[in-house]
Amino acid sequence: MDRAALAISTFCFLAGFALSVQALRARVHGRSPAILWATLAGFISQTVWLYERGQAAGRCPLTSLFDVLVFLCWSVALLYLLAGATYRLSLLGIFTSPLVFILQCVALVLPLPPLTRAVGPVNSWLELHAAVSVVAYGAFALAGIAGVTLLVQERQLKTRKLHSFFYHFPSIHDLAAANRRLVYIGFSLLSVGLFAGFSQGVAHIGLLRVVSVGVWLLYAFLCAALGSKRISPHRAAWLASGAFTVLLVTVWAVQLVSKV
Amino acid sequence: MEILCLGLSHRTAPIELRERFAISEGHLGELSSQLAAHPDLGESVVVSTCNRVEFYVATPSPSRGFDALHAILSERGMAPEGDAFFRRLTEDGVRHLFRVVSGLDSMVLGETEILGQVKKAYQSAQGSRSTSRLLNKLFQRAFNVAKEVRTRTNITRGSVSVGSAAVELAERIFGKLSACHVMILGAGEMSELTAGALQARGVKSIFVANRSHERAVSLAERMGGKAVRFEEWTREFSEVDILIGSTAAPHHVLTRKQLEPVMAVRRQRPLFCIDLAVPRDIDPEVNALDGVYLYDIDSLQAIANQSLEVRRGELVRCEALIEKHVGEFTDWLRAEAIRLSQEAPVYARPSEDAPVHGV
Repeated sequence: MDRAALAISTFCFLAGFALSVQALRARVHGRSPAILWATLAGFISQTVWLYERGQAAGRCPLTSLFDVLVFLCWSVALLYLLAGATYRLSLLGIFTSPLVFILQCVALVLPLPPLTRAVGPVNSWLELHAAVSVVAYGAFALAGIAGVTLLVQERQLKTRKLHSFFYHFPSIHDLAAANRRLVYIGFSLLSVGLFAGFSQGVAHIGLLRVVSVGVWLLYAFLCAALGSKRISPHRAAWLASGAFTVLLVTVWAVQLVSKV
Repeated sequence: MEILCLGLSHRTAPIELRERFAISEGHLGELSSQLAAHPDLGESVVVSTCNRVEFYVATPSPSRGFDALHAILSERGMAPEGDAFFRRLTEDGVRHLFRVVSGLDSMVLGETEILGQVKKAYQSAQGSRSTSRLLNKLFQRAFNVAKEVRTRTNITRGSVSVGSAAVELAERIFGKLSACHVMILGAGEMSELTAGALQARGVKSIFVANRSHERAVSLAERMGGKAVRFEEWTREFSEVDILIGSTAAPHHVLTRKQLEPVMAVRRQRPLFCIDLAVPRDIDPEVNALDGVYLYDIDSLQAIANQSLEVRRGELVRCEALIEKHVGEFTDWLRAEAIRLSQEAPVYARPSEDAPVHGV
């Protein structure tokens, strides 16, 4: 199976990236429908590629780090497209293309792992577990972006050095709300995913199970802290972006260990 | 046909002269109608704002057109004489109008109020049937140009006054201000102006505390807010989102030590402190607290200046856009002149059945 559709998708996100940079330089971001079209084209190509890979595997194509990265990019693009005009039109939205482009470049650099076609009937609960968990990771990725954006915005406010792009970011209040909402969405999806996986008594992936529970606990703690309103938007932003970094490193480490 | 523009503005005339020539909104249509009825003038629109009075007319002969304008205005005791008046002919007149509606000729660069004022003036002229094909086309195009300049450049971006800078920062912190509570400490002119700007954005409530309680009551009444005794202002403070400090106190009225416990009670809601007082009312140390954003008069003024610089930097892009439209309009004007000369040598005056275009 070749990577043509994936390469086209990456190219579309590169175009979205370039358009974002151009819009930033021209200081007219938020009004560029071309970024939306580039993301949509990239998303369609991703979907085509994932569909073909799923057909070839006979199940949800989540069998390697390569697949996880592509699926993660797909879920980030999906959330971007579903998030609504306010999110897309803000500067926060234009970070989606660069993020997906970078993640997909990493995926493209990795060797394409051979697919082992599923033997026998596919366990739909396990498929659900894998797919929903990765979409949850997409929500966590966007929560991380919202967190970083909030920190950048806040730093400008605190230091009183306002760049021209300051006026295009959502407000601190909206960023904090987006951060909170995305963490809650991601946590709910992750809980559903874990329930679906554990209800089938998946015993052969011990390390992954430990990591999954660890990630769930990390975000459970974050949700509890956000719900109690005892942490400031500033700290919540640090936690959301830090948690996603931990998540990425952990997924990568698990893949590495499982190969050994 | 030629387009003439005769007028004076804040660039050419002091306020004493501008107020002599100012025309009330109710008389714009009547004067437009009088001008358009003159045999040497075809159509007319009169624009009058606090910063400019301008007459736009269409005429087959520029020299006779200027003479006619001069005669009519002199009859009304408004003889357009002296250096304060400028004259613009066709291409220059078109360019001038496009610049005016885009806010490039305004006292505050990039302000948008002028567009509404010119629209009203045009509607008055339309209402008195003083416009026809030429000026309808010109003004409709001008409104489109203004819209394009606003959306494709940053000429209206940022705040160019201390009050509007404070409002914009508040919106960058809280988003919509409709849920925000404001407290004014010290009933000064600057704090009233700033609170007024916040009120215009729909803040939920305003508390006023002043050493002289009568003044606090008076300001609270004017703003539809609630007066609070100065000794008791900290009681209401936990509910406040935006604090405006403007007292004459020689020391800090709000310190970090006072604020720390309040922030804990506020359950991490941000607090925006606007310190307009000199000496300052709010200890600069409070800015280090999580969720507290402090701006003093100098930092707000710096933001206003920065925005003005950004707007100035956009001028080249605005002028380029305008120039493109001036070229297109004058091309249309030439084509129209050729068409008219082929169809009928006599200019069609505005008539009862002339189409009335919406603004």
